Amino acid sequence: MTAADSLLVHASGLVKRFGDVEAVRGIDVGVRRGEAFGFLGPNGAGKSSTMRMIACVSPRSAGELRVLGMDPQRDGPRIRARLGVVPQQDTLDNELTVRQNLQVYGRYFGLSRDTVRRKAVELMEFAQLSDRAEDQVEPLSGGMKRRLTIARSLVNDPELLLLDEPTIGLDPQARHLLWDRLYQLRHAGVTLILTTHYMDEAEQLCDRLVVMDGGRIVAEGSPAELIARYSTREVLELRFAPGHQRDALPVVATLADRVEVLPDRLLLYTADGEASLAAVHERDVRPASTLIRRSTLEDVFLRLTGRSLVD
Amino acid sequence: MAHELTAPPRPGRGDQTEQRPSPLLRIVPPGLYAGRARMLVERSFLVNRRSWLAVVSGFFEPLFFLFALGLGFGTLVSTVTGPDGQPMDYVAFVAPALLAASAMNGAVYDATINIFHKMRYAKLYDAVLSTPLGPLDVAVGETSWALLRGGLYAAGFVVVLLGMGLVSSAWGLLALPAALLVAFAFAAVGMAATTFMRSWQDFDLVNLAVMPLFLFSTTFYPLSVYPRPLRIAVECLPLYHGVALLRGLVTGYVHWGLLGHVLYLVLMAVVGLLVATKRIARLLLR
Ligand SMILES: Nc1ncnc2c1ncn2[C@@H]1O[C@H](COP(=O)(O)OP(=O)(O)OP(=O)(O)O)[C@@H](O)[C@H]1O
Ligand SMILES: [Mg+2]
Repeated sequence: MTAADSLLVHASGLVKRFGDVEAVRGIDVGVRRGEAFGFLGPNGAGKSSTMRMIACVSPRSAGELRVLGMDPQRDGPRIRARLGVVPQQDTLDNELTVRQNLQVYGRYFGLSRDTVRRKAVELMEFAQLSDRAEDQVEPLSGGMKRRLTIARSLVNDPELLLLDEPTIGLDPQARHLLWDRLYQLRHAGVTLILTTHYMDEAEQLCDRLVVMDGGRIVAEGSPAELIARYSTREVLELRFAPGHQRDALPVVATLADRVEVLPDRLLLYTADGEASLAAVHERDVRPASTLIRRSTLEDVFLRLTGRSLVD
Repeated sequence: MAHELTAPPRPGRGDQTEQRPSPLLRIVPPGLYAGRARMLVERSFLVNRRSWLAVVSGFFEPLFFLFALGLGFGTLVSTVTGPDGQPMDYVAFVAPALLAASAMNGAVYDATINIFHKMRYAKLYDAVLSTPLGPLDVAVGETSWALLRGGLYAAGFVVVLLGMGLVSSAWGLLALPAALLVAFAFAAVGMAATTFMRSWQDFDLVNLAVMPLFLFSTTFYPLSVYPRPLRIAVECLPLYHGVALLRGLVTGYVHWGLLGHVLYLVLMAVVGLLVATKRIARLLLR
């Protein structure tokens, strides 16, 4: 068994074009069995385009792609039979009830009537929608619909679960609940691929992730690796009244490895936050408030996908 | 607290049934077909379980036509030249044509407006295509539903024809499958046409096409009424073949020529399905 065989998804030089727009510009990705893999990136980075190619609902424009060891172009139905897909936008069946949505979707996978009946009950528990079983889908709240979409993606016991911004529109409880569910799934051996704009989510869930920008992969690694590589150990945040942060910038710029300018604050990337803060006070800079914290993935993201950077 | 909640479903392959397309469908490009179109029919059945009103109205519509045109008109025009060249009762002449027309109407309605909505707004097929089902499953499944529904109307209509003594031969029983074929052909082409529509306004074109078909496809008078060049034009119309087929069967004038009509309709259905499949793939699998 070669290394490529243990890769559930293997892309090399993968390209997606929509007319003149090149949404994905030659990416190389390998997702191993059993891991949770994340795609991060700003709006329009090409995350969904990539996810759709992996889900075998969007033909690639160039490059190589293998999913579950097969070619999406040729074996689409066979691959999709083993995938669970949560698209960025819900595609629930508004003409059916909650229960029927799960049952009918299961039937598309060729599951027997008995099986889908049982599955629907199980998944409605899972999504905490049992009390809405016989309701139409249309009037459900956004978060409920999202939960139903996620539950629906599990109807065929997928080996590989593709989640495109799964927690969008979920309240904090529902988000944590979903994270917990995703842990359990991963524990049970399901491979997860997800995109998200929530850095805490990526940090919590992903074993490994790539940051995409403008259709390219700009960084790859585990959350901890990425933080070590692209950020400092600590971050000193200096908050100012909006606009005043720029006045302080020239004074503090030399005190850190890197300074990030946000509308109401400066982020000083430094190995030792306390020492930097002392130096800031020494130079007579008086921010409205200060905060020392550890670097997070968010800092990596800001650096890699570019806000006004001052090195 | 979350830990006390139900465990997630275990991964496993247990219940999946292996699919194997029939030899005929191996000619379809791979990845377009999973051989599970009937699941979409099942879905349509669930959705329409309670819409008896539509079925009832669909049944009465051709009946009203039969009374208004057949009986009303029939008092003015008592006989007309039948398919075998002999004069025949006018009502008996119009009845099978109305059966063909109602099969067409029902199918076109189902395959255009309904499918347009499901494709553009409800995003139904986006969900369906993320399962093993492919565009051909969608095309076949949705046309089959249009066909079943058309078949239901046709069955009622045939019963009425029998009751009125308008079926003069045992061949008339084949009118039902023939009407299904007409519905199938129009549903397939209707669905294909729908994939080209960009807005609801475009559906006026459907009416524009269906109306003259209904009026000129020898529905109300024999082909011999037309001058020769027009005759050829009419013989190209799809509904003409539906009408001729049904009229032949119901009046008992059965000859090999009817197979030509069958062939025309079968071809129409196949082309419609293939075009619809290609277009669905193009529109939704981008
Ligand atoms: N169907 C399409 N037709 C034309 N262009 C498209 C299509 N889908 C995506 N694009 C373009 O491809 C680029 C990448 O889009 P994509 O949806 O993959 O980004 P994303 O990373 O998922 O962004 P977001 O975080 O906003 O969801 C964008 O420029 C978008 O306009
Ligand atoms: Mg996206």
